[in-house]
Formats: sequence, structure tokens, C-alpha cells
Amino acid sequence: MSTSPQQPEQPARSLQVDRLTKEYVAGKPILSNISFEVSGRSSVAIIGPSGTGKSTLIRCVNKLIPPTSGNIYVSGENITVLHGARLRRARRKIGMVFQEFNLVERLTVMENVLCGRLGYVSSLRAWLRRYPQRDIEMAFSLLESIGLLDFTRQRADSLSGGQRQRVGIARAIMQEPHVLLADEPTSSLDPKTSVEIMELLVSLTETHQIPLLINIHDVELAKRFTNRVIGIARGGIVFDGPPAELSNDHLKDIYGGENWLQ
Amino acid sequence: MIQEKLWQRFTFAERLSRFAVFLGFAVALALSMRTVQIIPEFLYDAPTQVADLLGRMWPMDFDYYPQGVHATMMETLHIASLGTLLSIFMAVPVGILGANNIVRQPLLHWLSKLILVSSRSVNTLVWALLFVAVFGPGALAGTICIAFRSVGFVGKLFAEALEECNPGPIEALQAAGAPWLSLFLKGYWPQVAPAFWGIFLFRWDINVRESAVIGLVGAGGIGMVLDDALNLFFWDRVAVILLSIFTVVIVAELLVTAIRKRII
Amino acid sequence: MSGGTTTRRPFQTNWLARAGWLLAFLYALYAANLLDISWERFLIGLDNGAKFIGEMVPPNFSRWQLLLGNLIETIEIAIIASAFGVFISLPVGLLAARNLMPAWVTWPFRTFIALCRSFHPVIFAILFVKAVGFGPLAGILTLIFASIGFIGKLFAEAIEEISLKPVEALRATGAPFMSVIVYAVLPQVLNRFIGFSSYQLDANLRNSTMVGIVGAGGIGGTLFSAFQRFDYDFLAAILISIIALVMVSEYISTQVKKVFQ
Repeated sequence: MSTSPQQPEQPARSLQVDRLTKEYVAGKPILSNISFEVSGRSSVAIIGPSGTGKSTLIRCVNKLIPPTSGNIYVSGENITVLHGARLRRARRKIGMVFQEFNLVERLTVMENVLCGRLGYVSSLRAWLRRYPQRDIEMAFSLLESIGLLDFTRQRADSLSGGQRQRVGIARAIMQEPHVLLADEPTSSLDPKTSVEIMELLVSLTETHQIPLLINIHDVELAKRFTNRVIGIARGGIVFDGPPAELSNDHLKDIYGGENWLQ
Repeated sequence: MIQEKLWQRFTFAERLSRFAVFLGFAVALALSMRTVQIIPEFLYDAPTQVADLLGRMWPMDFDYYPQGVHATMMETLHIASLGTLLSIFMAVPVGILGANNIVRQPLLHWLSKLILVSSRSVNTLVWALLFVAVFGPGALAGTICIAFRSVGFVGKLFAEALEECNPGPIEALQAAGAPWLSLFLKGYWPQVAPAFWGIFLFRWDINVRESAVIGLVGAGGIGMVLDDALNLFFWDRVAVILLSIFTVVIVAELLVTAIRKRII
Repeated sequence: MSGGTTTRRPFQTNWLARAGWLLAFLYALYAANLLDISWERFLIGLDNGAKFIGEMVPPNFSRWQLLLGNLIETIEIAIIASAFGVFISLPVGLLAARNLMPAWVTWPFRTFIALCRSFHPVIFAILFVKAVGFGPLAGILTLIFASIGFIGKLFAEAIEEISLKPVEALRATGAPFMSVIVYAVLPQVLNRFIGFSSYQLDANLRNSTMVGIVGAGGIGGTLFSAFQRFDYDFLAAILISIIALVMVSEYISTQVKKVFQ
């Protein structure tokens, strides 16, 4: 892997969520007072029942959804107060992987990967496909590491689900982010592919030293691939610790009921 | 290795053909711009002229609507509706002849294509001129003009709808020994009916616009009043006429959109 | 719609349809009466028509230089108008798409498009002849507005149908707005845009044969004067040339579309 994180000795890349609250309807917070911190080489899973605002939480981090109150710091920079061009520059530091891949289907695999650099090149250069040689080389080496080097020229809509998600991950890594967010990255995939995608996510973020925050509903996958689990229920954090400490009692607390545990 | 790291969006042949298209168009544009006879002074003068025009249009002569415009506006709507109805009677047989899953006679195909293309490539106003020469000025020429002009559009889309028909039910009817007419009425018609009414409404909407101007060459409707007002430089009346055309066109479009939503 | 009931009461919808047809027929009679359309007038017309066609045959191509010059002017008007029309429609369509732009942006552009669409090109031609005088410039301006009305509307609708997922993904990478448009929006709609544009080039060619009737340049003027001078054999030659021109342009645009598949 030669895609070299440019300054390995940089102060830890980190994400800090501070008393985050989001209300879609005033007075009915879907998330209230969420605080946690992710930094260094750590992969964190967020688990919780559907509709608890996991996706909202992830999208508040890069302000795709503006939070109602609270602060988000990415490597020390407060995202919540930014607007316009400064928000765009801050978003470059936040990679994101989506449940349904969100690739541009009519563009080639290479173009999709290079999309991760759009925040760094001017629109004119992007339009003319004149990327810096460094970006193109980085894209090639990423494509090699996700095993899609032979697909460079193919259009994204000719790929399988697992291959598309690999491209989605490569696009996010291309940003050289300070934190990588993944919103249910395996929900649209079969079990075998899901495991492969999780392996890829964890190994890539480790080699590139990017803290990883995964939103996931599969508890087993979460336990197997991450080194910290945050459980969300009823708008707040109800569990935060290593996967080994996540007991059935905790799961009962997070998801409610218990019959499904057997 | 270096070879491998180069990346371009299209293959060479793709780039070449795209380039050729753009180049061809650019050359055509450049040649056109150079040779077309435009007098720039006229363009510089345009703002003054437009200001003058608007000044003459305002205030509008609203009193003119009841005495001069309303009746011809109704006439325009009748020309559009009757012309569209008439076009259907002509377009259905032509469309059937043109659908290659129904009629397999190359000669009939060719005939249908010829009718459809000539109907579409001759502009409404040219059709109007032709029929004014044949039938004399008035709504008759206008109605026939609208009908002839619509045949190409309705016939082409109808033929395409027929070609998209699912052959299953039709084979079933053929297997049951149904005669040709029942085959059409029970096999094809139910499948194309929604598309057919959609096409009809769409064309009616267009015809409302077109029938508003064919009067400029004498084919009846509000265009004749517009022509008079223009020739006499009654710009305040022109403004009223344009405003009423605008209103009717918008109402027609809203109506068609509403009906299409309900039937499709 | 009534698939369920048809199997039970097969004739219900039929009666409704028959009533509709009857109504249409009655309306046709009423309207024909109102418009003073009668069988005799039609027959007299047919008689005239026969004479008319008789005079058109054989078409007279002896003034081919005039014809060719006019045809070239017509083509020039169509090409210039299409180039500018398409070029302007791209931003206008984008700014009118309600899923990308806030209402205060789309509202004026949608109104502008509606205005361009609601008047027949001839009416624009009349106004432009008044504004910039007789000649091809008025025709070009007319067809530019017609193109914006057509392509702008369809393009805006095409944009409103795109998938917003790639847009979200690219916003999340911090891409500037123009890059999001170029990468996430245009690839989804460019094929359709090229389709609309080549169709509009055809349509402009057809319409540019007509704007001359009111003095806005091109072959329409010659056509109109051939009519007024009862010069029907020359008229036939003009009509044949126009149809041939339109067919050639349809052929070319099919070939061009193949390149951009």
C-alpha cells in the first residue's frame, strides 16, 4: 500500500460529538444529548433499533442534516457552525459510505472513485477530467487494493452490489478523511459479501489510520469487526464499551423484548 | 507501468466520433454566423423598438374583448377540437398500416410512412396556406389544416403504441379464429386505448396553440383578428388578443394535465 | 382502471365509451354547423383542390438558385437558433428544476419557460420582426425562444426525475456545487438532453421554413409570395425541397444520436 497517509505523525484524527440533539418536530427530539468521541485507530459500531435516528446521527456529523443543538468536532474543528465553502472544505475531512452505495451509475468506476477528490479540485478541472497525477495514481492503487483494477473503465451500473460498495468505500478513502462514516454499509448485501465488505472497511481504515464509525443493525457483525460498540435507544446512548462487554441484558435494553435473542 | 497509470474517460474511437460531431456542428455554426445576413444596427435599435412596442400596447383595449375577440376565440377552440377529432379518423387507419406487427406489407408501410412524414414536415401555416387556396378563407380551411397537420403526429405515436402491444392476447384471439376486426377491437384496442387518449389530449393541447395562429393566413379563428389588428397597428388590441391567447393556452394545458392524471 | 369489474359486467365500460363516441359525434356536427362547414363547400373545395394540384404538376425547379439560397438561409437560421437555444436551455432547465433549487430561483425560470411555450413561434416572429426588422435575425430570435420553451421544460422535468442518492454522496465529499452538477446530475440526464436537442434542431428546421411567412427570413417568405402570385408549380418545388430537407435532417440526427449512446 503506497497511498501513504501524508503525515503519519499528525495529531490524532478524531471525531467528537458533544451534546448533539436533533428534533424534526419541535419538542420531540429523535436524538438528545448524544456525546462520544472517536479517535486514532478505532472502529466504532452504532447499534440500535430501526427508527432510533442512527442515520440521522451519521448525517448530522457532516451536516447533511443540520443538528438542532450541540457541537461536532472533526480533528478539533467545529462543523456545526460552518456554512457554504467552509462547510464544504470541512466535509472533505469526513468520508461517507452509504447503504445503497450512491454511486453515479452512468459514470465509470474510475470516475466514481475520483469523485472522492471533487472537494479538492476545481469544478472546471473536474469537468474536463484533468485530475492531478497524484490523485489518479492514488485511485489506481486503491482500486488495486479493493480488487477492482480490471473494472476501471466499466460503468458502475455493470457491477454487482458488493463491487459497488467497494467502489463506494474507495471513493470515501480517496478523500483522505479524518473520520469515515458508514451508514448501514452491508444492509443491501448478502451475508457473505457483508463480511467481506466489513473486512475491507476495517482493514482499509486501519492501514490509512482513519477512525471508523459504522451504523449497523447486525449485532454479530458489529461485535466481530469493531473494537467499540455504542448502543442507542430512546434517543440516548444506553451502552458504550468494548463488544465483549455487550451482554444479552444490554441488547434487551437496546432493542426491547427478549424472545429474539434465543 | 506508466502506460497503466494513464486514464482517460473515453476510448480513442469514441473520442474521435464525438469530436467529429462537435466539430461538424461548430463548423456549420461558424459558417452560418459568417454568411447569414444580419444587420447589427437593427439589433442595437431593438431595445428602443421594444420599449416603443410596449408603450403602444399599454394600456390594453379591454373593451375590445367582448366585441371583437370572444367569438373568434370560441371559433379557434372549435377549430382545434374538430380538427383533432377529424385527424383521429384519418390517423387510425394510417397508424394501423404503419405498425409493423399488424400489417406486414412493405408497400403499405412505405405509404403510411410517406403520409406521416409529409404531414409532419409541412408546417401548420403552410398547410393552412394550401387549404385556404383550396377551400377559400375561413374555418373550413383551418379545421382541415389542423386535421392534416395532426395526422402525422397522432399516426406516428399510435403506430408506436400498437407496436408495443403484448402479442399474447392477440395470439390467443387468433388461435380462437377471430376475424380481423374483432382481433383489432378486442386484442389491440384495449391495450392501446389509454395511450390513444393520451395522444389525443396531447395533440388537442398543441392544436389550441396552432389554431390561434392559422388565422394569420386566413384560415379562421382568432388569428384573423390578430392579423387585422397588426395591419392597422392597433397595438393595444394586439395586447388584448395575445393576453387572451395566453390565458386560453394555459387553461388548456392545465385541463389536459388534470385529465391525463385521471385516465392514466 | 376497471379490470376487476370488466370480468363481471363486461358491457359496463363499453356503454360509457359508446356514450363518449356519440357525444363526440354530436359535438362534431354542432361544431361543423357553427363553423359553417358544409358538404357542398367541401365538394367545391375538392374541385378547387384538383385544379390546384393540376397546376402544381410538374414542379418548376427553374429558379433553383433562389430556392437554394433560401434553403441555405433557412438552415443557417435553424443552426444558429439551435446552438444558442440549447446553450441557454442548459442553465435555464437546471435553474427550473425544483429538486435542486429553492423555490425563489425556480419560480421566475419556470414562468419564463411557460411564457416561451405558450405562444406559437409565429407570434414571437411577428413581435421580433417589429423589434429588429425584417430578416433572418428575427427568425433566429424567435426560434431561440421556442427552443428554450421546449428543451428547458423537458430538461427540467428530466432533472426532477433523477436519483438524488449520488447527489447526497457528492455533497458529503465536500464537492463544490458545480462539481455536484457535473458529476451527479448531468450524467443522469445528458443523454436525454442530447435527445431533446437533436429533436429541437429538427423542429427548428421545420419552423424556420415558416417564420418567413411573417417576414423573419428563410424560405417561408418565398413560399408565401409564390402563393400570393398563384405560382403553384414553383410552390410545389419549394414544398418538395422542404420535405427533402426535413427528411435528411431526421436521418442525420438519428446518426448523431448513435454516437452518444
